[in-house]
Amino acid sequence: MKEYMYIIRGGDDVATMKSPEEMQQHMQEWQKWMGGMAEKGQFVGGQPLVMEAKSLIEGGSKVIDRPLAEGKELIAGYLIVKANTLEEATEMAKGCPGFEHNCTIEVREIKPME
Amino acid sequence: MVAVLVNIFGTENVELAEDVVQDALVNALETWKFLGIPDNPKAWLYRVAKNKAIDIIRRKKHSRNFDFSDPQKQLLTSEYTLVTTMENYWQESYISDEFLGLMYACCHPEISRENQITFTLKTLCGFSTREIARAFLTSEDTISKRIYRAREFFRKNKIRPEIPAAEEVVLRTSAVLGTIYLIFNEGYNSTHSDRLIREDLIFQSMHLCRSLLENKKTRLPEVYALMALMCFHASRNDSRLTPEGEVIVLSGQDRSTWNKEMITLANDYLNKAAFGEKITTYHLEAAIAYEHCVAKNFKDINWKAILGYYDTLLSISFDPVVCLNRCVAVLEWEGPAKAMEAIQELADNRQIHKYYLYHAVLGELYKRLGVKEKATQCFEKAIELTHSNQEKRFLKTKIDEL
Repeated sequence: MKEYMYIIRGGDDVATMKSPEEMQQHMQEWQKWMGGMAEKGQFVGGQPLVMEAKSLIEGGSKVIDRPLAEGKELIAGYLIVKANTLEEATEMAKGCPGFEHNCTIEVREIKPME
Repeated sequence: MVAVLVNIFGTENVELAEDVVQDALVNALETWKFLGIPDNPKAWLYRVAKNKAIDIIRRKKHSRNFDFSDPQKQLLTSEYTLVTTMENYWQESYISDEFLGLMYACCHPEISRENQITFTLKTLCGFSTREIARAFLTSEDTISKRIYRAREFFRKNKIRPEIPAAEEVVLRTSAVLGTIYLIFNEGYNSTHSDRLIREDLIFQSMHLCRSLLENKKTRLPEVYALMALMCFHASRNDSRLTPEGEVIVLSGQDRSTWNKEMITLANDYLNKAAFGEKITTYHLEAAIAYEHCVAKNFKDINWKAILGYYDTLLSISFDPVVCLNRCVAVLEWEGPAKAMEAIQELADNRQIHKYYLYHAVLGELYKRLGVKEKATQCFEKAIELTHSNQEKRFLKTKIDEL
């Protein structure tokens, strides 16, 4: 088994339009999806991220008060899962409720360094 | 609430669970003083405890003491699922299961009986260390050590608070019932305090037993039997002491003060206990208690039936206290000479010789046979061995009556 990261982008503009009840329902979907992975021993960790950010650019000499990418490209959160192949990890990602909010998910293997 | 939190934090963090509940209660007292009691106090308390638990998880999830390896618990580590998972733990339908699960953990067979009792009183019944120390005439230090040892045991063996699987439930329940019965006994006839009857311990033990009855998985015949037994005994509480708190013996008790509703309830439980394949000692003790409770007067007691039950009890397993109690039945049914013969069986039993009632009974036998000197000796020995001032005074009057 290898570890993969899901980089989840976007979805924030859709989320802010939803009512509290709809959001609660939405989080139940996350519960189901992540719970399913946890049951199978596939879940390692994951967190949603706050929109506000600071970014360091120009060789670390400059700090700007915003994330590097906004809107659809804004990273909303990440998950770390276990799978045997990139294909398998990608298949598992299809169940992410974030897609209802037009998120995108980039699936990357955690790199074992020599 | 403690049970739910122990389920979340793990049995190695029982103290933390207790702290959260305590904080929630203090919080409630302080807030309600000004705002009045809310419409749904339980929901209020749950909400406060839930929020504190979420706080603690956020702060401590990387701490060594927390084990989040369980698939359901893993979801507590992610903000995506922390709040929803926490809500799920507090579903009403789970709470009784958790209370029972914690009871089974507290009464784990590999924990010593004393530690089981201590842990049960502390964690399930909310007794303070000092209250437990007072109940069992030990120091707070001893009690703290017992609690520490129990916690270490939970931590090392990763004990999960849960109702045992069907194939284990009878054996594990037997341990739980034993502990409940010991707590009841201490409440019924406290040998350690100035109050002979401790209603708080009686109440707690009956509450624990009733919880077992509320869950299908743990609703065993012997649980009904123990419940019946405790109800029969407790029904007579009002008649057992004078207003000044002195002992009144069975023959002198005012039966009109016996709690008839409780006797009816006990009867009901006894009937419900009559399913299943075996008779347990609780069934027989309940049957004996039944005979006492239904007799109109002392002279109407069916000693023959009671003697039969004692014989059956002893055939299941020999217990010196049961044997002693049987001697009393022999005394009433067949007279002091026969009783004296019967009590010889305990002549070499070193364990029973440390028990004050053995000497009290022997004293009573000598008294009825007219052997005053021996009777006095026995009663004096009994006085030495009991810690209860009321019992001591009662025994002194026995000597004075000689």
